[in-house]
Amino acid sequence: MLKLEKVQSGYGNKLAIKNVSLEIVAGEIITLIGANGAGKTTTLMTICGVVPCRSGLITFQDREIQEMAPDAIVGLGICQVPEGRHIFPQLTVKENLDMGAFLRKDKEGIKKDMEYVFSLFPILAERRNQDGGNLSGGEQQMLAMSRALMAKPKLLLLDEPSMGLAPLVIKQIFEIIKQINEENNTTIFLVEQNANQALHIADRGYVMENGEITLAGNAQELLDNQDIQKAYLGI
Amino acid sequence: MDYFIELLFSGLTRGSIYALIALGYTMVYGIIGLINFAHGEIYMIGAFTAFIVATVLSIYGFPLVAIVIIAGVAAVVWSSSYGYTIEKIAYKPLRYAPRLSPLISAIGMSIFLQNYILLAQTSDFLPFPRLIPDFPFMEPIAHIVGSTDLVILVTTFVVMVVLTFIIKFTLIGKAMRATSQDRAMATLVGINVNRVISATFIIGSGLAAIGGLLIASHIGQINFYIGFLAGIKAFTAAVLGGIGSIPGAVLGSLILGLTESFATGYVSSDYEDVFAFSLLVLILIFKPSGLLGKAKNEKV
Repeated sequence: MLKLEKVQSGYGNKLAIKNVSLEIVAGEIITLIGANGAGKTTTLMTICGVVPCRSGLITFQDREIQEMAPDAIVGLGICQVPEGRHIFPQLTVKENLDMGAFLRKDKEGIKKDMEYVFSLFPILAERRNQDGGNLSGGEQQMLAMSRALMAKPKLLLLDEPSMGLAPLVIKQIFEIIKQINEENNTTIFLVEQNANQALHIADRGYVMENGEITLAGNAQELLDNQDIQKAYLGI
Repeated sequence: MDYFIELLFSGLTRGSIYALIALGYTMVYGIIGLINFAHGEIYMIGAFTAFIVATVLSIYGFPLVAIVIIAGVAAVVWSSSYGYTIEKIAYKPLRYAPRLSPLISAIGMSIFLQNYILLAQTSDFLPFPRLIPDFPFMEPIAHIVGSTDLVILVTTFVVMVVLTFIIKFTLIGKAMRATSQDRAMATLVGINVNRVISATFIIGSGLAAIGGLLIASHIGQINFYIGFLAGIKAFTAAVLGGIGSIPGAVLGSLILGLTESFATGYVSSDYEDVFAFSLLVLILIFKPSGLLGKAKNEKV
C-alpha cells in the first residue's frame, strides 16, 4: 500500500532520515519504534509531504507521492495524528471534527462517521460543544484520532498516541487502535516510544536508530529479540 | 443633549469606518502574524475606484442607486484583487523568512502604492461625488444624525453580521479559524493554507474598500494619502481591541471613534489624536494583549 524506497529528508543542511526503506501492506498495523530523535516523526512528516523528500521514492497505491502537496496527500487517504495532538484549541469538539472532514463533500457519510467516532469515544459526544483546548490530555488524544478518522483514511499515521497519558488511558487508546483497524480495515502506521504496547498490537515492526532502519520483522520476533528487550523494553 | 447625541453618532460613524479597516488588519494578523501596512492603501484604492466609476457613470446619467451599487461592487472587486496580488508578490515569498522581512516588505508596498496612485492620479484632493442623498424621513433629526451617517452605521452593521456568519458557520470560515490557531495542523487535515490566506486577504480588502467608499462620500474628498492616517488609526483600534481578535477589532474601533469624537467636541479638534493615542497607551499599559486579546493557552 505504502512504500518508501531509500528516502532521505531533513531540516536545513542536516539529514534526519537516511536511506529509509519500508513497506506497509493494506490492512496491517505496522509500528515504528525508536528512541527520541531517531527520526520517527520526520519519517511521518515526509510521508505527509510536510517535510520535503530530498531523494528516494514514496509510493502510495502505486502512485508516486513524494512531490505532492500535503493537502493533496490527505486527499489520497493518508491522515496523520501528530505528536502532541494539535487540537484546534478555540474550535469546539464538533468543529474540530468538521475540520477532519474538510476535503469530503458527502454530507451523509460525514454525519455517519461522526456518529461512529462518537460511538468509539462517547465522552466526545458529551463535550461536542466545548472548546477543544478545554479537554483533558486523554480526551484530546481521542479527539485527535477522531478528527483523523473523519477523513475516512485508508492509511492512518499515529505519532506517539500514548505520550503523556495515564496508563489506563493508554490501554484504552491502544484497544481502540486495534478496533479501528479491525472494524474499518484501516491500515495503521504507529510510531511509538512505548515499544512494548506498540508491538503487542502490531503485525510487524521496524526499529529506527539515528535516522536509519536497523531492524525489521514480525512483532513477536521483535518482542523476543534480546537487543530490543534491552534497548526498548527494559527487560 | 442634542450636542451629546450628535457627537455620539459621529463617533459611532467614525468607529464603524475604523472597524471596516481594522478587521483586515486583525484577520491577516490572526492568520499569518503579519501587520499588513499596505492595508490602508487598499482602502484608499477602494475609494479611488469608487470615485472613478461613480464619476463615469454619472456622466452617462445612471440613476443614483445604480451608481452606488456598481461603484461599490467595482471598489470591492478591484481592492480585493489588489489585496490578493499584494500577498502573492510581497508576502508569500517571505512566508518562512524572519518576521521582520515581510514587515519591511509591507511598508515598501504601502509606499509604492501611495506613489503609484500619486503618479497615476494626482496629488490634489479630488471632490468625491455625493452618493447618498438626504432621506426625507431623516429630516426631523437631520441636524443630529446625517443620512450618510445612517447609511454607514447600517452598512457596517450588516457587513459585521455577514462576516460573523461566514467565520462562525461556513467551511472556509472554520478553515480560517483553524489555520490561525494551528497552521501546521491545518495542513495535515487537508486545508490548502495558501488558499485560506488568499481568502483572508480578499475578504479584508473587500471590507476596506467598503470603508473607503463610505468615508469618501461622507467627507466628500479623497487623495492618495488618505489611506495612511486611516490605516494607522485602524491599526491602533485593532491593537486596542486585541490584535487577532475579530470582536476586539470592532470594539476597539468604536471606542477609538467615540474618544476622538468627544475629544473633538468637548475639548478641541487639535487634541483628537492626542486623546486617541493616550487611550491606546493607557490600555496597553494595563492590558498588554488589548481589550479582548487572549493570552494563548497551550496544552501539551
